[in-house]
Amino acid sequence: MTSITGHPAGGEGIGYSFSQPTAAPVKQHGFYPYTDNGGSTLGITGSDFAILAGDTRSTSGYNINSRMVPKVFKIGGDDETGEGAQIVLSVVGFAADGNALKERLDAVVKMYKYQHGKPMSVSACAQRLSTILYGKRFFPYYVHAILAGLDEEGKGALYSYDPVGSYEREQCRAAGAAASLIMPFLDNQVNFKNQYIPGSGEGHALEAKKAEPLPQTHVEQLVRDAFTSAVERHIEVGDNLQMMIITREGIKEVFHPLKKD
Amino acid sequence: MDKLVAQYSRPQHQNESYSEQEQQDLTESLPPLSLKFSLPPVDNRASFLRAMTDDHSNPSCPIKLAHGTTTLAFRFQGGIIVCTDSRATAGNWIASQTVKKVIPVSRLSRGEDKPSNDPTPGLLGTMAGGAADCQYWLRYLSQQCTLHEIRHKRRITVAAASKILANLTYAYKGYGLSMGTMLCGVTPQEGPALYYIDSDGTRLPGNLFCVGSGQTFAYGVLDSNYRYDLSVEEALALGRRAILAAMHRDAYSGGFINLYHVKEEGWVHHGFDDMNPIFWKTKLEQGEFSNVTSEL
Repeated sequence: MTSITGHPAGGEGIGYSFSQPTAAPVKQHGFYPYTDNGGSTLGITGSDFAILAGDTRSTSGYNINSRMVPKVFKIGGDDETGEGAQIVLSVVGFAADGNALKERLDAVVKMYKYQHGKPMSVSACAQRLSTILYGKRFFPYYVHAILAGLDEEGKGALYSYDPVGSYEREQCRAAGAAASLIMPFLDNQVNFKNQYIPGSGEGHALEAKKAEPLPQTHVEQLVRDAFTSAVERHIEVGDNLQMMIITREGIKEVFHPLKKD
Repeated sequence: MDKLVAQYSRPQHQNESYSEQEQQDLTESLPPLSLKFSLPPVDNRASFLRAMTDDHSNPSCPIKLAHGTTTLAFRFQGGIIVCTDSRATAGNWIASQTVKKVIPVSRLSRGEDKPSNDPTPGLLGTMAGGAADCQYWLRYLSQQCTLHEIRHKRRITVAAASKILANLTYAYKGYGLSMGTMLCGVTPQEGPALYYIDSDGTRLPGNLFCVGSGQTFAYGVLDSNYRYDLSVEEALALGRRAILAAMHRDAYSGGFINLYHVKEEGWVHHGFDDMNPIFWKTKLEQGEFSNVTSEL
């Protein structure tokens, strides 16, 4: 176990007063390999479906570079259109890293299918994505990923990730620029946080409203509302809303226009 | 002349594609819980990583990682109590309120841990510091423990398991890992055993540990009420109460109280409960937290 990675640890040397500098230190320019391309993504699950959505604006600083750059991708499909896919990935943050991650996961899921003769389960894919992200722990992908599909019981499954691969299964999650605007709305409308049953008691005896899976049409409306509201208050969100709806019948992709300012 | 042209007209990128080995690595379907990490092309990787991800030294860093915690574990006559909060923060943003910070480390105890009264054999690990670091390395440890079980036909001791982790964190010292974890388990060789391991390479056996940003608050409650001969009910209540105190005073802790009891036969889950009703129950029925007014 002398050197696990084959690379020596990159630490600063100890600056003893008697140590002579052997050679002029190598000057290196600032290494900044990331750009924040803005945008936001959002996923909600129900009892027999999952929805992943994202806006299609791509920004760099205050510039809008494109109005149609999708952030939500089908994973493990049979061709370019993603036909036959059962898993969906959304990536927000640095689009180049996001694309690289998507390509990588897509290859892995396809190889799994060819080698095992069956599609990869969402839970397996979720853990694999975690190890892929952690493989770049020391040079991270600048992305917040969300993975969605249907689990072994046919229920909607949603997994959210931090940039280096810590993950958790959740009912709903917003990521990206407007996450701080959308997530509190979701807490209230999907998990019924801070909602109480009227007349169930007085003061501290008030009974909290229990969260339960929502119907699909209701969730679709919530997603649209979340994005139209985020567009009003965030400069990096807008143009179009891309929605992937995963059900037993397959994946349906729909676009809705958002404000273009 | 043609020869010269041919010599200098090769495309610039011809040597930049992936080698066969690299292509294999990229598409391998077995998850390589390996030690092959890609590294940034700079001299000082530690300072690059710090500039990109450490929001303590650089509040405007671009990549915010999930952090923050209070976790505790203590030994008593009935086994070991493990209790944690459930909040994950990225800077000031609460990234999640539902993190499972107690991670089963064992082949037998994978999958969903539903509250049940049947003990599940295996070790428990707790998670403080970088969420991804803890999840990944405890997964790695779980793999190693399973291999140990297969090779030696008996379960690994807590001492051995903790040493695998400590050797690992020590090997990665200076790379910027951030984890403070406690490993708990009851084995025939050791009895109830509790170890603290962190990303500096520290490995300590002990009776009582609190780890994370809220550790001092939890220690305050735990130290003043802890006895080795606590009953199981008292011990569970003490663990819950110590985490509650930390959630109340530490902004980086909160959410749900996750409580486990490790016994000889294995661990038992004692609930993942919202702190708010527990807080008001503790205040109004036990008369504690008198610094808070109960008027609405």
